[in-house]
Amino acid sequence: MAEPRYEAVVMGASAGGLQALKSLLSALPESFRLPIAIVQHVDASAKSYLAEILSRDCKLAVTEAEDKADFRSGTVYLAPTGYHLLIEPDCSLSLSVDEKVNYCRPAIDPLFESAANAFGPTLIGVVLTGANQDGARGLQHIRTRGGCAIVQDPESAESRFMPRAALDAGPVDHIVPLSEIAPLLGALEGQTLPTTGSKKAGAKGGLK
Amino acid sequence: MKLASAPRSLPADAALGTIAEGPSALLAGPQAPREDVESIELSLLLEAIRRRWGYDFTHYSHASIRRRLDQARRAAGLANFSDLLSRVLHDESFFDRLLRYMSVTVTEMFRDPQCYRTVRERLIPVFKTFPFIKIWCAGCATGEEVYSLAILLHEEGFLERARLYATDFNKDSLDIAEKGIYPQRAMDAYAANYHQSGGRGEFSDYYSSSYDFARMKGFLRDRIIFSYHNLVTDGIFGEMNLITCRNVLIYFDKTLQEQVLRLFTDSLRHGAYLCLGAKESLNFSAVKPLYETLDSRQRIYKKRGLVAHG
Ligand SMILES: C[S@@+](CC[C@H](N)C(=O)[O-])C[C@H]1O[C@@H](n2cnc3c(N)ncnc32)[C@H](O)[C@@H]1O
Repeated sequence: MAEPRYEAVVMGASAGGLQALKSLLSALPESFRLPIAIVQHVDASAKSYLAEILSRDCKLAVTEAEDKADFRSGTVYLAPTGYHLLIEPDCSLSLSVDEKVNYCRPAIDPLFESAANAFGPTLIGVVLTGANQDGARGLQHIRTRGGCAIVQDPESAESRFMPRAALDAGPVDHIVPLSEIAPLLGALEGQTLPTTGSKKAGAKGGLK
Repeated sequence: MKLASAPRSLPADAALGTIAEGPSALLAGPQAPREDVESIELSLLLEAIRRRWGYDFTHYSHASIRRRLDQARRAAGLANFSDLLSRVLHDESFFDRLLRYMSVTVTEMFRDPQCYRTVRERLIPVFKTFPFIKIWCAGCATGEEVYSLAILLHEEGFLERARLYATDFNKDSLDIAEKGIYPQRAMDAYAANYHQSGGRGEFSDYYSSSYDFARMKGFLRDRIIFSYHNLVTDGIFGEMNLITCRNVLIYFDKTLQEQVLRLFTDSLRHGAYLCLGAKESLNFSAVKPLYETLDSRQRIYKKRGLVAHG
Protein backbone atom coordinates (compact mmCIF):
# COMPACT_ATOMS: atom_id res chain seq x y z
CA MET A 1 0.00 0.00 0.00
CA ALA A 2 1.15 3.52 -0.81
CA GLU A 3 2.82 5.52 1.97
CA PRO A 4 0.69 8.45 3.14
CA ARG A 5 1.56 11.79 1.57
CA TYR A 6 0.46 15.36 1.92
CA GLU A 7 -2.88 15.99 0.27
CA ALA A 8 -3.72 19.68 0.51
CA VAL A 9 -2.42 23.17 1.27
CA VAL A 10 -4.15 26.09 3.00
CA MET A 11 -2.71 29.61 3.10
CA GLY A 12 -3.58 32.85 4.81
CA ALA A 13 -2.38 36.35 4.05
CA SER A 14 -3.36 39.89 4.93
CA ALA A 15 -1.55 43.21 4.45
CA GLY A 16 1.09 42.77 1.73
CA GLY A 17 -0.48 39.45 0.78
CA LEU A 18 -1.25 40.22 -2.82
CA GLN A 19 2.42 40.67 -3.73
CA ALA A 20 3.44 37.71 -1.58
CA LEU A 21 0.83 35.41 -3.13
CA LYS A 22 1.75 36.55 -6.63
CA SER A 23 5.35 35.64 -6.16
CA LEU A 24 4.65 32.41 -4.27
CA LEU A 25 2.03 31.06 -6.68
CA SER A 26 4.00 31.98 -9.79
CA ALA A 27 6.91 29.94 -8.42
CA LEU A 28 4.88 26.74 -8.17
CA PRO A 29 5.39 24.37 -11.09
CA GLU A 30 2.53 23.29 -13.32
CA SER A 31 3.05 19.78 -12.01
CA PHE A 32 2.14 20.77 -8.42
CA ARG A 33 -0.78 18.49 -7.57
CA LEU A 34 -1.93 19.48 -4.08
CA PRO A 35 -5.14 21.55 -4.07
CA ILE A 36 -4.62 24.97 -2.46
CA ALA A 37 -7.21 27.07 -0.58
CA ILE A 38 -6.38 30.67 0.26
CA VAL A 39 -7.84 33.38 2.44
CA GLN A 40 -6.52 36.83 1.60
CA HIS A 41 -8.09 39.62 3.64
CA VAL A 42 -9.62 42.25 1.42
CA ASP A 43 -11.69 45.33 1.99
CA ALA A 44 -15.30 44.12 2.00
CA SER A 45 -16.52 47.02 -0.12
CA ALA A 46 -13.86 46.57 -2.80
CA LYS A 47 -14.78 44.51 -5.81
CA SER A 48 -12.57 41.48 -5.91
CA TYR A 49 -10.33 40.90 -8.87
CA LEU A 50 -8.03 38.75 -6.80
CA ALA A 51 -8.50 35.61 -8.87
CA GLU A 52 -7.81 37.46 -12.10
CA ILE A 53 -4.70 39.15 -10.76
CA LEU A 54 -3.27 35.98 -9.27
CA SER A 55 -4.00 33.78 -12.25
CA ARG A 56 -1.90 35.96 -14.54
CA ASP A 57 1.45 34.54 -13.50
CA CYS A 58 0.32 31.28 -11.96
CA LYS A 59 0.65 28.03 -13.89
CA LEU A 60 -2.13 26.42 -11.89
CA ALA A 61 -5.81 27.22 -12.34
CA VAL A 62 -6.87 30.01 -9.97
CA THR A 63 -10.54 30.39 -9.18
CA GLU A 64 -12.92 31.85 -6.64
CA ALA A 65 -14.26 29.09 -4.39
CA GLU A 66 -17.84 28.04 -5.03
CA ASP A 67 -20.08 26.54 -2.38
CA LYS A 68 -20.07 22.71 -2.35
CA ALA A 69 -17.61 22.47 -5.24
CA ASP A 70 -14.91 19.79 -5.12
CA PHE A 71 -11.51 20.74 -3.74
CA ARG A 72 -9.54 19.56 -6.77
CA SER A 73 -5.87 18.98 -7.25
CA GLY A 74 -4.00 21.35 -9.53
CA THR A 75 -6.28 24.23 -8.57
CA VAL A 76 -5.97 27.27 -6.33
CA TYR A 77 -9.21 28.36 -4.60
CA LEU A 78 -9.72 31.84 -3.17
CA ALA A 79 -12.27 32.76 -0.52
CA PRO A 80 -14.81 35.19 -2.00
CA THR A 81 -15.19 38.64 -0.48
CA GLY A 82 -17.60 38.62 2.45
CA TYR A 83 -17.70 34.82 2.93
CA HIS A 84 -15.72 32.45 5.10
CA LEU A 85 -14.28 29.50 3.22
CA LEU A 86 -14.42 26.10 4.93
CA ILE A 87 -13.43 22.55 3.99
CA GLU A 88 -16.00 19.84 4.64
CA PRO A 89 -15.12 16.37 5.98
CA ASP A 90 -15.83 14.98 2.50
CA CYS A 91 -13.30 17.51 1.21
CA SER A 92 -15.73 19.70 -0.65
CA LEU A 93 -15.70 23.48 -0.21
CA SER A 94 -18.30 25.37 1.82
CA LEU A 95 -18.99 29.08 2.17
CA SER A 96 -20.57 30.76 5.17
CA VAL A 97 -21.61 34.22 6.33
CA ASP A 98 -21.00 33.42 9.98
CA GLU A 99 -19.87 36.26 12.24
CA LYS A 100 -16.52 37.82 11.48
CA VAL A 101 -13.55 36.11 13.08
CA ASN A 102 -10.64 38.34 14.15
CA TYR A 103 -12.68 41.20 12.63
CA CYS A 104 -12.47 39.53 9.23
CA ARG A 105 -14.71 37.67 6.80
CA PRO A 106 -13.22 35.76 5.12
CA ALA A 107 -10.94 34.82 8.02
CA ILE A 108 -7.99 32.45 8.04
CA ASP A 109 -8.75 30.54 11.26
CA PRO A 110 -12.02 28.95 10.08
CA LEU A 111 -10.35 27.75 6.87
CA PHE A 112 -7.36 26.32 8.72
CA GLU A 113 -9.41 24.66 11.46
CA SER A 114 -11.94 23.07 9.14
CA ALA A 115 -9.24 21.89 6.76
CA ALA A 116 -7.29 20.38 9.65
CA ASN A 117 -10.41 18.51 10.72
CA ALA A 118 -10.87 17.20 7.19
CA PHE A 119 -7.28 16.29 6.35
CA GLY A 120 -5.52 15.69 9.66
CA PRO A 121 -1.80 14.98 9.22
CA THR A 122 -1.90 15.31 5.44
CA LEU A 123 -2.50 19.07 5.52
CA ILE A 124 0.06 21.84 5.06
CA GLY A 125 -0.76 25.30 6.45
CA VAL A 126 1.08 28.48 5.48
CA VAL A 127 0.87 31.87 7.23
CA LEU A 128 2.14 34.80 5.19
CA THR A 129 2.56 38.54 5.66
CA GLY A 130 -0.11 40.54 7.50
CA ALA A 131 -0.93 43.07 10.17
CA ASN A 132 -3.40 40.91 12.04
CA GLN A 133 -3.28 37.86 14.25
CA ASP A 134 -5.66 35.80 12.16
CA GLY A 135 -4.31 32.35 11.33
CA ALA A 136 -2.26 31.87 14.50
CA ARG A 137 -4.91 29.76 16.19
CA GLY A 138 -5.74 27.83 13.04
CA LEU A 139 -2.11 26.99 12.39
CA GLN A 140 -1.79 25.49 15.85
CA HIS A 141 -4.91 23.45 15.19
CA ILE A 142 -3.31 22.09 12.03
CA ARG A 143 -0.29 21.08 14.09
CA THR A 144 -2.41 19.49 16.78
CA ARG A 145 -3.96 17.28 14.11
CA GLY A 146 -0.48 16.30 12.97
CA GLY A 147 -0.28 18.55 9.91
CA CYS A 148 2.65 20.64 8.78
CA ALA A 149 2.89 24.32 9.82
CA ILE A 150 4.86 26.81 7.73
CA VAL A 151 5.34 30.47 8.58
CA GLN A 152 6.87 33.11 6.35
CA ASP A 153 10.03 34.43 8.05
CA PRO A 154 8.81 37.71 9.56
CA GLU A 155 12.02 39.40 8.39
CA SER A 156 11.03 38.73 4.77
CA ALA A 157 7.41 39.83 5.26
CA GLU A 158 6.05 43.18 4.18
CA SER A 159 4.08 43.20 7.39
CA ARG A 160 5.55 40.99 10.09
CA PHE A 161 2.78 41.08 12.66
CA MET A 162 0.84 38.07 11.37
CA PRO A 163 3.82 35.72 10.98
CA ARG A 164 5.05 36.87 14.41
CA ALA A 165 1.67 36.13 15.96
CA ALA A 166 1.67 32.68 14.35
CA LEU A 167 5.11 31.97 15.82
CA ASP A 168 4.14 33.28 19.25
CA ALA A 169 1.15 30.93 19.35
CA GLY A 170 3.29 27.78 19.47
CA PRO A 171 5.84 25.64 17.67
CA VAL A 172 5.83 25.36 13.89
CA ASP A 173 7.66 23.13 11.42
CA HIS A 174 9.26 25.59 9.03
CA ILE A 175 10.12 29.30 9.14
CA VAL A 176 11.29 30.31 5.69
CA PRO A 177 11.65 33.46 3.59
CA LEU A 178 8.97 34.00 0.99
CA SER A 179 11.14 32.91 -1.94
CA GLU A 180 11.70 29.50 -0.35
CA ILE A 181 8.09 28.62 0.36
CA ALA A 182 7.27 27.35 -3.15
CA PRO A 183 10.37 25.10 -3.29
CA LEU A 184 9.53 23.82 0.20
CA LEU A 185 5.98 22.96 -0.88
CA GLY A 186 7.38 21.18 -3.91
CA ALA A 187 9.68 19.15 -1.68
CA LEU A 188 6.92 18.30 0.79
CA GLU A 189 4.67 17.15 -2.03
CA GLY A 190 7.25 14.54 -2.97
CA GLN A 191 7.80 13.26 0.55
CA THR A 192 6.00 10.58 2.47
CA LEU A 193 4.60 11.80 5.78
CA PRO A 194 6.80 11.82 8.84
CA THR A 195 5.50 9.28 11.34
CA THR A 196 3.68 10.77 14.29
CA GLY A 197 6.46 9.90 16.70
CA SER A 198 9.41 11.39 14.83
CA LYS A 199 7.39 14.50 14.12
CA LYS A 200 6.72 15.18 17.76
CA ALA A 201 10.35 14.68 18.63
CA GLY A 202 11.88 16.89 15.99
CA ALA A 203 9.49 19.77 15.61
CA LYS A 204 10.39 22.67 17.81
CA GLY A 205 9.96 25.64 15.57
CA GLY A 206 13.26 24.95 13.86
CA LEU A 207 14.45 26.74 10.74
CA LYS A 208 14.85 24.58 7.73
CA MET B 1 -0.14 5.23 13.14
CA LYS B 2 -3.17 7.23 12.25
CA LEU B 3 -3.98 7.57 8.60
CA ALA B 4 -5.51 10.78 7.40
CA SER B 5 -8.97 11.01 6.03
CA ALA B 6 -8.47 10.95 2.31
CA PRO B 7 -10.10 13.60 0.16
CA ARG B 8 -12.51 12.03 -2.29
CA SER B 9 -11.27 14.36 -4.96
CA LEU B 10 -7.99 12.51 -5.21
CA PRO B 11 -8.47 9.40 -7.32
CA ALA B 12 -5.60 7.44 -5.77
CA ASP B 13 -7.55 7.21 -2.55
CA ALA B 14 -10.86 6.16 -4.05
CA ALA B 15 -10.62 2.66 -2.67
CA LEU B 16 -9.88 3.89 0.83
CA GLY B 17 -12.80 6.28 0.54
CA THR B 18 -15.28 3.44 0.27
CA ILE B 19 -13.90 1.77 3.36
CA ALA B 20 -14.18 4.98 5.31
CA GLU B 21 -17.80 5.34 4.36
CA GLY B 22 -18.91 2.02 5.64
CA PRO B 23 -16.70 1.25 8.61
CA SER B 24 -16.61 -2.47 9.01
CA ALA B 25 -14.34 -4.34 11.34
CA LEU B 26 -13.61 -6.91 8.65
CA LEU B 27 -12.62 -4.53 5.92
CA ALA B 28 -10.94 -1.91 8.00
CA GLY B 29 -7.96 -3.73 9.41
CA PRO B 30 -5.21 -1.83 11.16
CA GLN B 31 -5.79 1.41 9.28
CA ALA B 32 -9.40 1.66 10.36
CA PRO B 33 -9.46 4.77 12.56
CA ARG B 34 -9.50 7.34 9.79
CA GLU B 35 -12.05 9.62 11.34
CA ASP B 36 -11.01 11.84 14.22
CA VAL B 37 -12.87 11.25 17.46
CA GLU B 38 -14.57 14.61 17.38
CA SER B 39 -16.21 14.00 14.03
CA ILE B 40 -17.61 10.73 15.33
CA GLU B 41 -18.94 12.59 18.36
CA LEU B 42 -20.41 15.26 16.12
CA SER B 43 -22.37 12.70 14.07
CA LEU B 44 -23.71 11.10 17.23
CA LEU B 45 -24.65 14.48 18.67
CA LEU B 46 -26.58 15.51 15.55
CA GLU B 47 -28.32 12.14 15.51
CA ALA B 48 -29.25 12.53 19.17
CA ILE B 49 -30.68 16.00 18.55
CA ARG B 50 -32.72 14.68 15.65
CA ARG B 51 -34.19 11.76 17.55
CA ARG B 52 -34.72 13.55 20.84
CA TRP B 53 -35.96 16.97 19.68
CA GLY B 54 -36.94 16.56 16.03
CA TYR B 55 -34.50 19.14 14.67
CA ASP B 56 -32.57 17.56 11.83
CA PHE B 57 -29.12 19.07 11.31
CA THR B 58 -27.59 15.91 9.92
CA HIS B 59 -27.54 17.36 6.41
CA TYR B 60 -26.10 20.72 7.37
CA SER B 61 -22.57 21.60 6.32
CA HIS B 62 -20.52 19.91 8.98
CA ALA B 63 -17.57 22.29 8.97
CA SER B 64 -19.69 25.24 9.91
CA ILE B 65 -21.94 23.49 12.42
CA ARG B 66 -18.92 21.95 14.12
CA ARG B 67 -17.46 25.42 14.68
CA ARG B 68 -20.66 26.68 16.19
CA LEU B 69 -21.22 23.64 18.39
CA ASP B 70 -17.68 24.05 19.58
CA GLN B 71 -18.48 27.61 20.64
CA ALA B 72 -21.50 26.31 22.52
CA ARG B 73 -19.40 23.62 24.14
CA ARG B 74 -16.85 26.14 25.35
CA ALA B 75 -19.53 28.54 26.57
CA ALA B 76 -21.05 25.70 28.61
CA GLY B 77 -17.66 24.79 30.00
CA LEU B 78 -17.86 21.22 28.72
CA ALA B 79 -14.85 19.12 27.80
CA ASN B 80 -16.07 17.52 24.59
CA PHE B 81 -19.05 16.83 22.31
CA SER B 82 -19.92 13.66 24.22
CA ASP B 83 -20.56 15.73 27.34
CA LEU B 84 -22.62 18.09 25.22
CA LEU B 85 -24.59 15.11 23.91
CA SER B 86 -25.47 13.93 27.38
CA ARG B 87 -26.71 17.39 28.40
CA VAL B 88 -28.73 17.69 25.19
CA LEU B 89 -30.48 14.38 25.79
CA HIS B 90 -31.51 15.12 29.34
CA ASP B 91 -32.00 18.88 29.57
CA GLU B 92 -34.58 20.59 27.37
CA SER B 93 -33.73 24.13 28.41
CA PHE B 94 -30.10 23.42 27.63
CA PHE B 95 -31.10 22.30 24.15
CA ASP B 96 -33.15 25.49 23.65
CA ARG B 97 -30.06 27.52 24.40
CA LEU B 98 -27.97 25.32 22.15
CA LEU B 99 -30.35 25.93 19.25
CA ARG B 100 -29.37 29.58 19.24
CA TYR B 101 -25.83 28.61 18.44
CA MET B 102 -27.01 26.43 15.58
CA SER B 103 -28.49 29.24 13.55
CA VAL B 104 -26.40 31.98 12.03
CA THR B 105 -28.41 35.16 12.13
CA VAL B 106 -25.95 37.54 10.45
CA THR B 107 -27.94 39.72 8.03
CA GLU B 108 -28.30 43.25 6.63
CA MET B 109 -30.82 45.50 4.94
CA PHE B 110 -30.41 45.71 1.18
CA ARG B 111 -27.55 43.21 1.36
CA ASP B 112 -26.11 42.95 -2.18
CA PRO B 113 -27.78 46.19 -3.35
CA GLN B 114 -27.47 45.18 -6.99
CA CYS B 115 -29.83 42.28 -6.40
CA TYR B 116 -32.54 44.61 -5.10
CA ARG B 117 -31.96 46.87 -8.09
CA THR B 118 -32.62 43.92 -10.38
CA VAL B 119 -35.81 43.03 -8.49
CA ARG B 120 -36.90 46.64 -8.86
CA GLU B 121 -36.09 46.94 -12.53
CA ARG B 122 -37.04 43.52 -13.84
CA LEU B 123 -39.54 41.90 -11.49
CA ILE B 124 -41.67 44.84 -10.42
CA PRO B 125 -42.84 45.65 -13.98
CA VAL B 126 -44.09 42.07 -14.26
CA PHE B 127 -45.75 42.16 -10.83
CA LYS B 128 -47.54 45.36 -11.81
CA THR B 129 -49.57 43.35 -14.30
CA PHE B 130 -51.01 41.26 -11.42
CA PRO B 131 -53.80 42.31 -9.08
CA PHE B 132 -52.06 40.80 -6.04
CA ILE B 133 -48.78 39.05 -5.29
CA LYS B 134 -47.40 36.81 -2.58
CA ILE B 135 -43.74 36.79 -1.54
CA TRP B 136 -42.02 34.30 0.72
CA CYS B 137 -38.81 35.28 2.40
CA ALA B 138 -37.47 31.95 3.68
CA GLY B 139 -34.79 32.06 6.38
CA CYS B 140 -35.55 35.71 7.14
CA ALA B 141 -33.43 35.81 10.32
CA THR B 142 -34.11 39.06 12.19
CA GLY B 143 -36.18 40.51 9.34
CA GLU B 144 -33.85 43.01 7.64
CA GLU B 145 -34.29 41.36 4.24
CA VAL B 146 -38.09 41.33 4.27
CA TYR B 147 -38.30 44.97 5.46
CA SER B 148 -36.00 45.89 2.58
CA LEU B 149 -38.42 44.19 0.18
CA ALA B 150 -41.37 45.96 1.77
CA ILE B 151 -39.65 49.34 1.33
CA LEU B 152 -38.93 48.57 -2.30
CA LEU B 153 -42.54 47.55 -2.95
CA HIS B 154 -43.78 50.66 -1.21
CA GLU B 155 -41.67 52.91 -3.44
CA GLU B 156 -43.05 51.14 -6.47
CA GLY B 157 -46.58 51.82 -5.22
CA PHE B 158 -47.22 48.13 -4.89
CA LEU B 159 -47.05 47.35 -1.20
CA GLU B 160 -50.82 47.44 -0.72
CA ARG B 161 -51.19 44.72 -3.31
CA ALA B 162 -48.57 42.46 -1.80
CA ARG B 163 -48.49 40.02 1.07
CA LEU B 164 -45.07 39.10 2.44
CA TYR B 165 -44.49 35.90 4.41
CA ALA B 166 -41.26 35.84 6.39
CA THR B 167 -40.25 32.56 7.99
CA ASP B 168 -37.40 31.16 10.02
CA PHE B 169 -36.87 28.35 12.51
CA ASN B 170 -35.16 30.60 15.01
CA LYS B 171 -37.87 31.92 17.33
CA ASP B 172 -35.64 34.54 18.93
CA SER B 173 -34.86 35.97 15.50
CA LEU B 174 -38.56 35.96 14.58
CA ASP B 175 -39.36 37.93 17.75
CA ILE B 176 -36.89 40.61 16.78
CA ALA B 177 -38.16 40.60 13.19
CA GLU B 178 -41.74 41.03 14.31
CA LYS B 179 -40.88 43.98 16.53
CA GLY B 180 -38.82 45.55 13.77
CA ILE B 181 -36.50 47.32 16.17
CA TYR B 182 -32.84 47.63 15.23
CA PRO B 183 -29.81 49.48 16.54
CA GLN B 184 -29.60 52.96 15.04
CA ARG B 185 -25.91 52.43 14.27
CA ALA B 186 -26.79 49.59 11.89
CA MET B 187 -29.39 51.71 10.11
CA ASP B 188 -26.80 54.34 9.29
CA ALA B 189 -24.75 51.67 7.55
CA TYR B 190 -27.78 50.32 5.67
CA ALA B 191 -28.58 53.75 4.22
CA ALA B 192 -25.68 53.41 1.78
CA ASN B 193 -26.95 49.98 0.65
CA TYR B 194 -30.42 51.41 0.21
CA HIS B 195 -29.25 54.17 -2.12
CA GLN B 196 -27.05 51.79 -4.12
CA SER B 197 -30.05 49.52 -4.58
CA GLY B 198 -31.91 52.30 -6.38
CA GLY B 199 -33.82 53.62 -3.36
CA ARG B 200 -35.73 56.72 -4.32
CA GLY B 201 -36.58 58.31 -0.99
CA GLU B 202 -34.98 59.07 2.35
CA PHE B 203 -34.09 55.85 4.11
CA SER B 204 -34.79 57.49 7.47
CA ASP B 205 -38.43 57.96 6.45
CA TYR B 206 -38.98 54.25 6.96
CA TYR B 207 -38.31 54.14 10.68
CA SER B 208 -38.70 56.26 13.75
CA SER B 209 -35.71 56.71 16.00
CA SER B 210 -35.59 56.95 19.72
CA TYR B 211 -32.29 56.97 21.55
CA ASP B 212 -30.08 54.31 20.02
CA PHE B 213 -32.86 52.39 18.36
CA ALA B 214 -34.87 52.55 15.18
CA ARG B 215 -38.33 51.05 14.77
CA MET B 216 -39.64 50.18 11.33
CA LYS B 217 -42.83 52.05 10.42
CA GLY B 218 -46.13 50.26 10.96
CA PHE B 219 -47.26 50.46 7.35
CA LEU B 220 -44.32 48.23 6.42
CA ARG B 221 -44.81 45.81 9.30
CA ASP B 222 -48.53 45.46 8.56
CA ARG B 223 -47.94 43.78 5.22
CA ILE B 224 -45.62 41.13 6.64
CA ILE B 225 -46.66 37.89 8.29
CA PHE B 226 -43.89 36.39 10.37
CA SER B 227 -44.08 32.74 11.17
CA TYR B 228 -42.15 29.71 12.26
CA HIS B 229 -41.22 27.36 9.43
CA ASN B 230 -38.46 24.79 9.35
CA LEU B 231 -37.20 24.28 5.81
CA VAL B 232 -35.99 20.77 6.62
CA THR B 233 -39.17 19.34 8.06
CA ASP B 234 -42.10 21.61 7.15
CA GLY B 235 -44.13 21.60 3.95
CA ILE B 236 -44.83 23.93 1.07
CA PHE B 237 -45.98 27.53 1.24
CA GLY B 238 -48.15 27.62 -1.84
CA GLU B 239 -48.76 29.85 -4.82
CA MET B 240 -45.88 32.28 -4.38
CA ASN B 241 -44.94 34.88 -6.99
CA LEU B 242 -41.47 35.32 -5.52
CA ILE B 243 -39.41 33.34 -3.08
CA THR B 244 -36.23 34.82 -1.69
CA CYS B 245 -33.98 32.47 0.20
CA ARG B 246 -30.61 34.06 0.58
CA ASN B 247 -27.56 32.78 2.42
CA VAL B 248 -29.40 29.83 3.84
CA LEU B 249 -28.64 27.07 1.31
CA ILE B 250 -24.87 27.48 1.83
CA TYR B 251 -25.43 26.00 5.29
CA PHE B 252 -26.85 22.79 3.82
CA ASP B 253 -25.16 19.86 2.11
CA LYS B 254 -26.05 19.04 -1.49
CA THR B 255 -28.75 16.56 -0.56
CA LEU B 256 -30.58 19.03 1.64
CA GLN B 257 -30.08 21.87 -0.83
CA GLU B 258 -31.80 19.70 -3.41
CA GLN B 259 -34.70 18.85 -1.08
CA VAL B 260 -35.28 22.51 -0.21
CA LEU B 261 -35.06 23.63 -3.84
CA ARG B 262 -37.81 21.07 -4.59
CA LEU B 263 -39.89 22.59 -1.82
CA PHE B 264 -39.45 26.04 -3.37
CA THR B 265 -40.28 24.79 -6.82
CA ASP B 266 -43.50 23.27 -5.50
CA SER B 267 -44.34 26.51 -3.70
CA LEU B 268 -43.91 28.77 -6.74
CA ARG B 269 -46.51 29.57 -9.37
CA HIS B 270 -45.53 28.97 -12.95
CA GLY B 271 -43.63 31.97 -14.26
CA ALA B 272 -42.76 33.03 -10.69
CA TYR B 273 -39.31 33.94 -9.41
CA LEU B 274 -36.71 32.48 -7.12
CA CYS B 275 -33.97 34.68 -5.72
CA LEU B 276 -30.96 33.04 -4.04
CA GLY B 277 -27.92 34.46 -2.24
CA ALA B 278 -24.91 35.87 -4.09
CA LYS B 279 -22.98 32.59 -3.73
CA GLU B 280 -25.87 30.19 -4.27
CA SER B 281 -27.13 28.95 -7.60
CA LEU B 282 -29.19 26.32 -9.38
CA ASN B 283 -26.17 25.30 -11.44
CA PHE B 284 -25.66 21.88 -9.91
CA SER B 285 -29.27 21.18 -9.11
CA ALA B 286 -31.70 18.76 -10.71
CA VAL B 287 -34.39 21.49 -10.68
CA LYS B 288 -32.32 23.67 -13.01
CA PRO B 289 -34.23 22.64 -16.17
CA LEU B 290 -37.45 23.79 -14.53
CA TYR B 291 -36.18 27.37 -14.50
CA GLU B 292 -34.81 29.93 -16.88
CA THR B 293 -32.09 32.21 -15.62
CA LEU B 294 -33.25 35.79 -15.39
CA ASP B 295 -29.99 37.20 -14.04
CA SER B 296 -27.12 34.82 -13.37
CA ARG B 297 -25.04 37.31 -11.37
CA GLN B 298 -27.91 38.25 -9.07
CA ARG B 299 -29.03 34.60 -8.89
CA ILE B 300 -32.60 35.29 -9.95
CA TYR B 301 -34.46 32.47 -11.69
CA LYS B 302 -37.86 32.20 -13.29
CA LYS B 303 -39.88 29.02 -13.02
CA ARG B 304 -40.97 27.86 -16.43
CA GLY B 305 -44.64 27.72 -17.28
CA LEU B 306 -46.60 24.62 -18.25
CA VAL B 307 -46.93 26.00 -21.73
CA ALA B 308 -44.15 27.94 -23.34
CA HIS B 309 -44.75 31.64 -23.46
CA GLY B 310 -42.52 34.55 -24.37
C1 LIG C 1 -27.26 33.86 7.45
S1 LIG C 1 -28.99 34.01 7.77
C2 LIG C 1 -29.57 34.73 6.28
C3 LIG C 1 -30.51 35.87 6.52
C4 LIG C 1 -31.01 36.61 5.29
N1 LIG C 1 -31.77 35.73 4.41
C5 LIG C 1 -29.87 37.27 4.55
O1 LIG C 1 -29.48 36.81 3.48
O2 LIG C 1 -29.33 38.26 5.04
C6 LIG C 1 -29.51 32.31 7.72
C7 LIG C 1 -30.89 32.10 8.31
O3 LIG C 1 -31.38 30.82 7.91
C8 LIG C 1 -32.11 30.28 8.99
N2 LIG C 1 -32.24 28.82 8.85
C9 LIG C 1 -31.27 27.89 8.91
N3 LIG C 1 -31.78 26.65 8.82
C10 LIG C 1 -33.13 26.81 8.70
C11 LIG C 1 -34.21 25.90 8.59
N4 LIG C 1 -34.01 24.58 8.59
N5 LIG C 1 -35.45 26.41 8.47
C12 LIG C 1 -35.67 27.74 8.49
N6 LIG C 1 -34.69 28.64 8.60
C13 LIG C 1 -33.43 28.18 8.71
C14 LIG C 1 -31.32 30.69 10.20
O4 LIG C 1 -32.08 30.63 11.38
C15 LIG C 1 -30.91 32.12 9.83
O5 LIG C 1 -31.84 33.03 10.29
